[in-house]
Amino acid sequence: MKLHEYQSKRIFAEYGIPIPDGDVATTPAEAKAIAERLGRPVVIKSQVLVGGRGKAGGIKLAKTADEAEAVASQILGMDIKGLTVKKVLVDEAADIRSEIYLGVVLDRAKRQVAIMASSEGGVEIEEVAANTPDKIVTVHVHPLLGLQAYQCRNLAFGIGLPKEHIREFTKIAQGLYQVFVESDAGLAEINPLIINGENKLQAVDGKILLDDSGLFRHKELAALRDPDEDSPAEIEARASDLSYIDLDGEIGCLVNGAGLAMATMDVVKLFGGSPANFLDIGGGANAEKVTAALSIILRDDRVKAVLINIFGGITRCDEVANGIVEAIRTLHVTVPFVVRLVGVNEEEGRQILAESNLITASSLSEAVQKAVAAAKGESA
Amino acid sequence: MSILVGKETRLLVQGITGTQGLFHTEQMIAYGTNVVAGAVPGRGGQWALGNVPVFDTVREGVAATAANASIIFVPAAFAPDAILESADAGVELIICISEGIPALDMAKVRAYLDTTDSMLIGPNCPGLITPGEAKVGIMAGHIHTPGTVGIVSRSGTLTYEVVYALTARGIGQSSAVGIGGDPIKGLNFLEILAMFEADSGTEQVVLIGEIGGTDEQNAAEFIKHEMKKPVTAFIAGQTAPPGKRMGHAGAIISGGEGTAEEKIDALRSAGVKVARHPEEIAELVAQNL
Repeated sequence: MKLHEYQSKRIFAEYGIPIPDGDVATTPAEAKAIAERLGRPVVIKSQVLVGGRGKAGGIKLAKTADEAEAVASQILGMDIKGLTVKKVLVDEAADIRSEIYLGVVLDRAKRQVAIMASSEGGVEIEEVAANTPDKIVTVHVHPLLGLQAYQCRNLAFGIGLPKEHIREFTKIAQGLYQVFVESDAGLAEINPLIINGENKLQAVDGKILLDDSGLFRHKELAALRDPDEDSPAEIEARASDLSYIDLDGEIGCLVNGAGLAMATMDVVKLFGGSPANFLDIGGGANAEKVTAALSIILRDDRVKAVLINIFGGITRCDEVANGIVEAIRTLHVTVPFVVRLVGVNEEEGRQILAESNLITASSLSEAVQKAVAAAKGESA
Repeated sequence: MSILVGKETRLLVQGITGTQGLFHTEQMIAYGTNVVAGAVPGRGGQWALGNVPVFDTVREGVAATAANASIIFVPAAFAPDAILESADAGVELIICISEGIPALDMAKVRAYLDTTDSMLIGPNCPGLITPGEAKVGIMAGHIHTPGTVGIVSRSGTLTYEVVYALTARGIGQSSAVGIGGDPIKGLNFLEILAMFEADSGTEQVVLIGEIGGTDEQNAAEFIKHEMKKPVTAFIAGQTAPPGKRMGHAGAIISGGEGTAEEKIDALRSAGVKVARHPEEIAELVAQNL
């Protein structure tokens, strides 16, 4: 789950990281009021969960409160990469003397949290990594020890930070590490971290990505979710604890397990079809979950056939079969269903489905070929 | 022969009285697995399924039954504690089925486990099976058949798919290990590949990977330099839309984006045959017989 810039920076501030004074506005009048309160030039920044806001014209300066109102009215409602701007952050304009990058990320290969710093702030770190990798300094944090002060100094001296900023930088790096750990993040990033006109460090822009598995113990963070991050179907799927991603094909897929769901999509493509979605009902799904999943798939009117591929393990085939029967009974089903059930309780599952008018298959290739044919209106 | 589990496995089930724990314990016993104990705090002195003694703590269970492996069926919020409890009781092999453990918890658990002799499989995995001897997991036992193909996989249900296709062709398996799909886990491809390479009962190996991370690329390096047995692979997610789950900074630090293409190229250049779809694995494996 992604947090907006303003949400990320408010969290940074709670951990003692200096951020510019500012606030969020949803109307031009609010933007004007914030600029009046600040009493100095401001920057108006669109709050959407995509990169490249600046290039898209979603970040602009305003010298006066009236100008802030005008700029906000341009930016609010703007479309950036398919997302409508509903909020802007009105921050005091930063007096940037130099820009640094500071990011905390989970390094899965080393199984530790890594902290990266670079003297090349203000540009995407991917670019720095590609062009001048020697400008990135990295330290790894032992999970049972936490970030040590000397590691922060290694970062600061490593990027050539003037020594009068070492103490400040260490405090900010330790704050950012605490943000990462205490919010179960996958990424916490300040870019740029600037040296301002008062010769102080300040976090001008920031980003936090949260580990979805940690949200159960951070209700306050889960509540910050922006519903615009996902499609309505994806939101509904999450409410039913289903993992669903919209695609643009014609074969609705219902599969158990992320790997098998991805492989099923791969095989659909291989046999000339196109998947309408990725849908993993997860381990141990019950009948209600299967019915909910089918209802989401069937609402997409591009779907010409539904492919159900279940390999029972912790998920039992009889539960899935009950869910399918319930979906057929309660939903308006006009497209063909191709069903393949193998594994735990498969016999019970097949018996439950025997009464329903479904296309069945025993192998994955067979099921996919039948679904591709059915979507084209051919009887396989 | 086989790896990690077999007739000598004496299994303790953590969370044996829960719905999933009870159901799969019954299935494991029906398969022939030697389930010697269960552990559930506050349920000590009870019996599960009539004849499996339940203990309050793993330590007591191990002391009373000489369990040498444990399998964990507890909710994600309690699973790190359950893994540590098993490790602290000296259990040699810990299998964690639980899904949804926060990555930072696993980073701590793994750092501690590295100081002990316990090995962890998972979390978020189906477990492992040595066909005809012991099933320590949630896979359907009947699709497996004893043989000489070792399987290691990041995916649960996709592994069943491959096993099913192998068995349908009469090709048996020495052991099938689901290492799980989480970013931070216990044993990885490398350790399992090394065990299969050393196992006299395994003649060839199937590796099933997924997009994300660099584990498959590391496996390719290992196969190239350390393995003589033939390896066949499949990578799921060749058509998956990019960028839905992980930010780019994570990819940078591990030196790669973790695309299917990258992984397939690395495996091919290590001499691994890569299947286009899961059932084709069985055809490629048959060519090596």
